[in-house]
Amino acid sequence: MASVFEFKSRLNLVELLGVKARDILELRHGLAAVPGSSIYHHTHRFLQQHHYLYPEPPNDFAFWIGHALAMDDLAERLASIDTIRFRRIEELRARLLEILDQWGDDDRMRAKACNEGEEFHFMSSRTFVLPTPLRAANLAEFAACLRRISFDSLYYHIFEARLRLGRDDNDFSVWFRANGFQELAREMARLDPYTITMEGLRRKIIQLVDAHA
Amino acid sequence: MPEIADFVPIVGESVVADLRALAGRLRGRRILNVNSTAVGGGVAEILSRMLPLLHQLEVDAHWDVIKGNERFFHVTKKMHNALHGGSEPISGEEFAFFLETNRDNLQGMDLGADIVFIHDPQPIALVEKKDGGRWVWRCHIDFTSPQAGTWEFLKGYIERYDAAVFSAPAFSRPLAVRQVLIQPSIDPLSDKNRELDEEAVAGICDRFGLDRRRPIITQISRFDYLKDPLGVIRAYQLVKRHVDCQLVLAGGGATDDPEGAQVLEEVKGAAAEDPDIFVLFLPPASDVEINALQRASTIVLQKSLREGFGLTVSEALWKAKPVIASAVGGIPQQIAHKYSGILTHSIDGTAYWIKQLLQEPEFARKLGENGREHVRNNFLITRHIRDYLLLFLSLFTRGDVVYL
Repeated sequence: MASVFEFKSRLNLVELLGVKARDILELRHGLAAVPGSSIYHHTHRFLQQHHYLYPEPPNDFAFWIGHALAMDDLAERLASIDTIRFRRIEELRARLLEILDQWGDDDRMRAKACNEGEEFHFMSSRTFVLPTPLRAANLAEFAACLRRISFDSLYYHIFEARLRLGRDDNDFSVWFRANGFQELAREMARLDPYTITMEGLRRKIIQLVDAHA
Repeated sequence: MPEIADFVPIVGESVVADLRALAGRLRGRRILNVNSTAVGGGVAEILSRMLPLLHQLEVDAHWDVIKGNERFFHVTKKMHNALHGGSEPISGEEFAFFLETNRDNLQGMDLGADIVFIHDPQPIALVEKKDGGRWVWRCHIDFTSPQAGTWEFLKGYIERYDAAVFSAPAFSRPLAVRQVLIQPSIDPLSDKNRELDEEAVAGICDRFGLDRRRPIITQISRFDYLKDPLGVIRAYQLVKRHVDCQLVLAGGGATDDPEGAQVLEEVKGAAAEDPDIFVLFLPPASDVEINALQRASTIVLQKSLREGFGLTVSEALWKAKPVIASAVGGIPQQIAHKYSGILTHSIDGTAYWIKQLLQEPEFARKLGENGREHVRNNFLITRHIRDYLLLFLSLFTRGDVVYL
């Protein structure tokens, strides 16, 4: 008998930190100083706001460097960070800083500033986790719930749980593994949710679960 | 007025369920909104639509308005201009009168609430009476480059609040209090945005003499230099050399605004020789007409030189229209270039993209569809209510992750 999986949802309130950057050096200083919730926000905001538009959302840092500073090379290096690889926000922060430091020294970092009005504004988010009425005690019920949950719920269990709440894996894989669905857990772990739209992700997970139900 | 359940077909059941769940956590908390006008202006408009919905969600929300005489509003208008970067100084005497009016209002107001939500600068000094409860200051105006003296004056008050709310990241600045980003919204069930049948749209177009068989390019905005109506006409003229189309410039404006009247005259002058340019000065309460004009348009423009947030962009995107707009103010939050609309920086760029979209209707259609989904997810009144409820809850909770 499998344990019951309780689907949760989450809502975010965006906070402004009053810190802005006009060039790469200021961005680097901000990146090093802002709270982890800000790094999380800027590496996941696109995923939430534009999930229906394109499957490969860049992080805010890459987007800003590409658009406001027109430094396509550096933007691409930051955009191609394999976010799924990181288990902790601090590791992700360290990787972002490492890329900037490898790219150039302080002089190169301050050599080009954005136009007025195009500054990078550091933000963070406060997450509110809400219960939902959806419960699953087996794979068939799990798949049925997946068809009904909101993107916020899917987002919470896949992205938020793993990187923001510091769990080792996404909530679905943890439940599959704990309930004896090892192969399904392995297949789930192979998915890179960062390179797929939320609706595409939902479809993929439903396919995987259906195949084992 | 719409029922909260009327939003379910538009935003989905889970969004409305979230609102009910959040509202339930605020039960027993009294929330008092205070602004400076009961009618007219964006703040009064959003509060008058939002409060009935909050009441349906069983949130104990109230709304009070401060009183002021002509001199007070003259000073607050100067403050407004100063926050927009205007250079006209405000004298010490005027600041003193501003404070005196706020203090006079304190005498007659019941500010006993769990959350006191003060909108814009006019009532900002009411915070002098803060003695319990949580106080939030909500800034609805463009704060990108405020005049130093006015900013310093207001900052002294803002930092006495528990939190400040801004509409765009660029309005944020170093402050000793929490700052929250809450963007404005449109109401999809209001006269300006609700669905209109083809007959209503056709009737209004006929009334204005528009030819529905040819493309219609539209900009809805006040007649104001900052909306660059003359630049819009120039862009249209560049397009017209190659593609047949009509241009609609429609909007209202205060009749006692001498600059507005002057802009209108200049626009009429620039349009006089071309029967395909329609300059429509609309009276107040023309929401259905604006709705119909947006729906009849092939492309909607918002070629502003400066913009607070530019909700006309969301209005047009909600109608699934391809929008070409300047990358200023809050517009880039509403448009991701080439995904949910087009962002431009010049008259030539605007003309180029008008031609592109007129000749690539499939691409234009996709932009409009994406734009509508972006607005559905981010700029409808339900998201605005959700953010306010989260803000209220955040005043009583700690930490980056809150389990409700």
